[in-house]
This record gives sequence, C-alpha cells and structure tokens, in this order.
Amino acid sequence: MAEQKRRNQILTTVSILLLLGFIYFAENYLDLYIVRILNVCAIYAILGMSMNLINGFTGLFSLGHAGFMAVGAYTTALLTMPPAVKQQIFYLTPLIKPLDQMNLAFPLALLVGGLLTALVGSMIAAPVLRLKGDYLAIATLGFAEIIRVVFTNTQSITNGALGLKGIPALTNLWWSFGTAAFTLVVLLSLINSSYGRALKAIREDETAAEAMGINLAKHKTLSFVTGAFFAGIGGGLLGNLLGTIDPKMFSFMFTFNILLIVVLGGMGSLTGSIISAFIVTFANEYLRFLDESINLGFFVLRGKVGMRSVVFSATLMFVVLFYRHGLMGSKEFSWDRLLASRVCQRMQGCFKKRLLKGGYDQ
Amino acid sequence: MTLDLFLQHLSNGISLGSLYALIAIGYTMVYGILRLINFAHGDIFMMATYFAFFGIVTFRIPWFITFPLVLVLTAGLGMGVETVAYRPLREAPKISLLISAIGASFFLENLTIVLFGGVPKPFPAPKLFTDVVQVGAVSIQKLTFYIPIVTVIALLGLMYLINKTKTGMAMRAVSMDHETARVMGININRTISFTFGLGSFLAAVGGIMWGMKFPQIQPLMGVIPGLKCFIAAVIGGIGNIGGAVIGGFILGIGEIMLVAFLPDLTGYRDAFAFVLLILILMSKPTGILGEKTAEKV
Amino acid sequence: MSLLKLTEVTMNFGGLTALKSFNLELAPGEIVGLSGPNGAGKTTVFNVITGVYEPSHGQIFFMEQEITGMRPDLITKAGIARTFQNIRLFKGLSVMENVLIAHHLHLKANYLAAMLKLPGYRREEREMRERSLALLERVGLADLRDEQAGALPYGMQRRLEIARALATNPKLLLLDEPAAGMNPKEAEDLTAFIKEIQTEFDLTIFLIEHHMDVVMNISELIYVLDYGMTIAGGKPAEVQNNQRVIEAYLGVNEDVED
Repeated sequence: MAEQKRRNQILTTVSILLLLGFIYFAENYLDLYIVRILNVCAIYAILGMSMNLINGFTGLFSLGHAGFMAVGAYTTALLTMPPAVKQQIFYLTPLIKPLDQMNLAFPLALLVGGLLTALVGSMIAAPVLRLKGDYLAIATLGFAEIIRVVFTNTQSITNGALGLKGIPALTNLWWSFGTAAFTLVVLLSLINSSYGRALKAIREDETAAEAMGINLAKHKTLSFVTGAFFAGIGGGLLGNLLGTIDPKMFSFMFTFNILLIVVLGGMGSLTGSIISAFIVTFANEYLRFLDESINLGFFVLRGKVGMRSVVFSATLMFVVLFYRHGLMGSKEFSWDRLLASRVCQRMQGCFKKRLLKGGYDQ
Repeated sequence: MTLDLFLQHLSNGISLGSLYALIAIGYTMVYGILRLINFAHGDIFMMATYFAFFGIVTFRIPWFITFPLVLVLTAGLGMGVETVAYRPLREAPKISLLISAIGASFFLENLTIVLFGGVPKPFPAPKLFTDVVQVGAVSIQKLTFYIPIVTVIALLGLMYLINKTKTGMAMRAVSMDHETARVMGININRTISFTFGLGSFLAAVGGIMWGMKFPQIQPLMGVIPGLKCFIAAVIGGIGNIGGAVIGGFILGIGEIMLVAFLPDLTGYRDAFAFVLLILILMSKPTGILGEKTAEKV
Repeated sequence: MSLLKLTEVTMNFGGLTALKSFNLELAPGEIVGLSGPNGAGKTTVFNVITGVYEPSHGQIFFMEQEITGMRPDLITKAGIARTFQNIRLFKGLSVMENVLIAHHLHLKANYLAAMLKLPGYRREEREMRERSLALLERVGLADLRDEQAGALPYGMQRRLEIARALATNPKLLLLDEPAAGMNPKEAEDLTAFIKEIQTEFDLTIFLIEHHMDVVMNISELIYVLDYGMTIAGGKPAEVQNNQRVIEAYLGVNEDVED
C-alpha cells in the first residue's frame, strides 16, 4: 500500500517535470500553430472543468457558459489593452472612463475578469437556481443570450458588434497550462471536501440532500459561482490568445462545444474533461480537411464547409446514445487504474519479455 | 402614433404571434409527452422552408402541391428525429436526452449548411399571398390576414384531433403516465412518434408562412424563433396547448410593440423574450395556464 | 414539556385534503407509532413536520419553537432527522460518503477553507470521518464503507439510511415504514435495533408503520389515520381493539370473525 503510494508520487512528480520540460520545449522550439492549439487545449480544459463542476458534480443543467466566458474575455481584454489601441478601436463611440486609461498586469486582469464573472454568476444564481432541469437549462441559456445582446448594444464599453481587436497576446503555454493545473488542483480539492460531497448529494437526490440539512440554495450558488469564476478566467485567457473577440463568438455554439467536452470526458470527472479537451481540440484541427478541398493529385476531393460541425454533432449524439458515461464516467484518473488497465498490462508484459530476451532480468 | 399606424403594428404582431403559436405548440406537446425540450424543433421548422424552396424552385412543382408535400415530409422528419435521437434514450437520465436533443439540433443545422450551403436563399412566395392591399391609410400584405386565419383553422383541427379522436385520447393518456397508458394497451412509441409528427406538421405550417412573411431562408433561421417559441410555451404554461397559443401571441405582439413604442431598444429585441421568460419563471414558474404539481416525496 | 407539538395541522392539495386538523404531542424519549391504511396521509404528516410541505393550516412546534413552514434543511439542523418510505440514499456515492454528507451541516469551516484544505478544516474532516466510521460500525456496515450505496442489499440500505439520519445528530427521528418489504425475522431484528438506538442516542422516535404487529411491538403510543383524519390514539392494546381501526383496515365487513 505504502509502496504503491510512493510509486504514484514518483510517477506524478516525473509527469509534472516532463510536462514542464515539454512546455519549455514547445514555447521555444515548436511551430506557432501547434503552440496555439496547445493553448486552446488547456483553455478548453479549464472551461470543461468549470462546466463539469456545475453540470457534472452538482447536477445543474446550466447552458450559460458562453455568457460567463464573454464577461471574462471582455474584462481581461479591456484591462490589458494599451490605451492607444483602445482609442483607435473605439472610433464610433469612445470607451467610457476610466476604462479607457486603465491597464493592469495580465494575472491581475485575469483575476478581475474571474471575479467579475463570479459576481455576474451570483446575480444570475438567485433567480435561476430555483428552477430545475429543463427550466434551468433554458433560463441559463437565456441569460447567456441576454449577456450577448447587451454586449452587442453597449457600444461605449464593448464596442458593440465590431468587437475588440488588437488584444495583446499575453496568453502563453505557461499561463494556460498553469491556470489549467491550478483549476484542476482547486476543483479536485473542492469535490473531495465536505462541500464537494454536499454538491454530489444534491446531484444524487435534492430532497434527500435537503433532509440531511444541506442548504440547497447556498450550495448550488457556491457551485455556480465557482464555475463562473473559472469560466471567466478561461474566457480571459482565450481573448488574450486570439487577439480579437466579438459578441457573435460567444453564442450557444460555444457552450455546445464545451458541453461536448464535458460529456465526452464523463460528467463528474475533471481529469476526463481535460483528456477530452485535448481530444476535441486536436480533432477539431485535424478534421479541418473536411471543410477544405484536398488535392489528391489526380483528383480533387471537394470538402464542404460545415462538414466538421456535422461530424461533431453526430459525435455528441453518438456518445450520448451509445456511450453515455463518456471516457472516464465519474471516475478520476489514477495511476493504479492506468497501470491495471488491459493495454498497460500488455505493454508491461511485452516490456518484460523483451527484458528477459535481452538478458537484463535479475 | 396614429391609430392607423398602431393597427398596422397590431396586425403585424398578431401574424407574428400566430407563427410563434404554431411553433410553440410543437414544443408544448413534446414536453407534455416526454418532458423534453425538443431543441431540434426550430430546425425542423427551418427544414420545412427548405423543402418548400426545393419543391417550388428546383423541381418546379406548383405551390398548391408543394405545400401539402412539405407538411408531410416535415412531419416525417420530426418522427425520424424522434426515432433516432430520443427513442433509444427512454430509460436514460433526462440530461442525456437533453444533450441528444441539442446534438440533433446542431446536426440538422450543419447538415443543411453542408447540403444546401450557408448562403441565404430567397423563399419563393406565391404572388397570391404577398399582394398588398390598401386598408385606410396603410398598406398591408394579404398574408398578414391569411396567417391568423390559417392558424385558427390549424388550431381547430388540432383541438378536434386531441379531444375527439382515439389517437388524441392516447396522446393525453401517455402524457399523464407512460406506465399506466402502456397497461391500458396504448402503444407508447407510436403515440410519441405521432405527437412528434403532429408538432412538426404544425411547425411546417408555420415555416411556410414564415418563409412568405420573411422571404429569406438560411440554415440557422430556426435557432432564434425556436428558442422564442419554447419560451412562449413556458410563458403560457408548458404542456398546455392553449397556453402555448397565448404565450405565442404575448411574445409576438410584445416584440412588435416594443420596437414600435421604444425604438431605442430595437437592438434588444431578441433579448425581450428571455427577459420575459426570466420574469415569468420567477413569479409563476408554471406559466399562465400551468397547474401546480406537488413533487411526490 | 413536549418535544414536538402539532396543532390542528391541515394539508390541502388542490381540492384534496391529505391531512385534516391533525394534533400530536410527543414527549422526549417516547417511541410513538403512526399507522393507518395506504393513502391515509401518514407520509404527509412527516412531510409537513420536516418542511417538505408547508401546511395549509395549523402550527408545528419543536422544543417550544415554531417551525411551521421552515426550510427542510433548517428543520434538520434544529434536530429532526428522517428516513424515506422508498429509501432515498445517494445511490451513486459510497456508503461512507452517504454518512459523511449527513455530517456536513455541522461543519464550521467555510467554503474557501475547505477548498484550500486549511488546518481547521482538516481537523474537522478527520473528526467527521471518525464519527462516520464509528456510526457505520454501530450499524454493522463498516466493512462495506467503500461500496456504492445503491448496490447494497435492501435491508442494509434501510440500515444505512437510519445511520445517515443519525449522523445529523437529531433529537427526534422520523422513520417512514422502516420495516417495509422485510420478512418477519428481519422486521423483528429491526424492531430490536430501533429500540437499541433509541436508548443509545437518547432519541425520541416517531415512526410510520402499517404492519400492525411491528408498530404494536415497538410503540408506547399509536395514532391511527384514515382519510387524513385521526381515528384513534392511545396504548397499543386499546388501539388494537378499536372498532374504527378495524374497519379502516379491513373495510366495514360482517364476515370478519376475530
């Protein structure tokens, strides 16, 4: 038992060191395109985990994530853009004071973005969390749409439909992976705490949870606001990665993408969300050929715009219909299970056999 | 604002409300029978307009043959969606069903983009309907009068079907309790399928008239009306057909009047429905005609 | 002094009166039974006491404080715990987690302290685990603590539900048909178990049971409901011979011999 624990600690430490080494390598030597995709992976992991807290762990079917991301993205962007750029972009209606002169360090701007999103989340929580199931889903979706419409119309703060351009590219792999790791650690700690158990109890059976003395409104709000906070930070990272944002970006489609990640990874598994964030993001890139034409030399395979999205929505339905628990179900990643898995056993078997053949065996 | 102008807005509101009502009924019936927001309903409505487009423009079939064909095809599409996306999930948790519904919705939208392109197409409205008539000082499309009339006829037909026929009785029974209905010898799957067909049929009626009123069709045209009509159903009291109609009119007339009286808020037009939804949910979550149900503990 | 007091409690659902002018007084340390045929309104009594429903009329007092219409979690906090007729465990969670969750209401550490695992929270978490384990040992489920609650056999689920209710540290325990679906031997064991925990945890117990033999065996006092009205109340022996009770259970029937 103790030996196993030690082994796991070593494995974890080695993995973290490898990851750090990889980030260093990627930042310095890898193609910008790949680095960008990796950044998106980490950001989607953050968004997936934060949605999973609300939907997977607390059982609240919230569809308002795009709205949260929008608040975070706009806040962080406005706080990090240089005043000169702001003046240039807001040529129709000038940006209100004091936002036009404000300029914060990136981490501080992210934090403010997250906190402001959490505040918005807490304001939405009071009315919507009294609702259940579908009603909650449609009300949260409604709030996200309202946020989007408001952002389209408040020219003097958001620059309306034109959106923000020239957002400084401050997001790098250290920030995105660092934030993802921070999110994972905090949320893991949360779900394993007494509060986390209370959230799971609410998911399992609200009436029983309430009969056990759990204040439903309070705990649902805590989960919702925490999810909003991390979604806001994720949004902030995304805005400062892409360089441009506009209200159209934060439509229901975006929430849908995150939902796909959560469902594919497993509702109620944070590590599942991370794994599926990588899969979905890379698949999204590598399936680009579906939208474009490929020249096979003798024959041009005509791609169709939108084909990728067809594949994606079909995947979501396929997962829900035939593979409801996703990659990880409600379990978290663990070395014990990985090492005990069939694939790994076989690999170990092969490895040992080769060692024997080579005569290295003691 | 002159009386003439007001009347013009009102007639616009009534015809928009009629369209909302027709689509909202589909949501409310499906919700009544499956307790599910059929997210794909707005897209089924969109498909109906494409069917009409291909019938008239591509295949040059006269409109009076195309339109009935469209109704049948759309009803079939609705039943198909139910069979593929919802039927396998009867015993699954509700959240799976809802996700499948969202998946089906996006699938239809994207499939339409792939097959028919994302560029808007002009809807081939027969001249008969789009002619303009002069009423007093204002000129109004004939369509504005036809829409409420067709809606009323469709509603009367629906009422007859639900209240007087055996199938209607089966639908009502299934929406009360699946198990009991099954014990009574009702074929649950067939009844649910029929409900989807009927809802989609009405959405197609709405879709054709929508296409004539706003003669530009595109793959994402069903999203916003779809959401709004679900909201209309919630406002009226979900599961209640009369409620869906009332909700549809409140939303349609309210939207037009908002823009007419408070032009500054035009940009917020699409948020109106959501604000209304949240107000209703906070004050009377079961909607105007909904009944309070106590949860069994 | 009465621990729990209901005065003229009425519960209407639309046109249906599930409970009519119900009066009840429980003294500390009593075991009182509530009986009556199916649909008589027994569970409704529990639901109004625990705040699931707000009564249409009447008042409820717990330890001299009015609790009518209070939120269910606050009522539990005040010291009333319950089990459910159709067992409502957190099925997907482990046996241990089920009991731990019931300790949550006594947690003093706040959300951030728990999220950041501050020392104060760690100590509380350790204590919670110790208490939960002790409780599971007491009900004989300690070996199964990592099993999924929904996977336990029926009888054990009942026990776990009682253990979970005890973890909230109640003064009054409401048991909704604890012996339902049990064979006579199991029911007998359960009766003994309920009596034991009553003395051990210094509880007042109010239980619903429509198996007359169980309720007779265990209760000092019995109330019988029919169609939402109290038709009898008193010592088991008195109630047993009450003509109206017999009628309620068997219907008015001349063929009944004994």
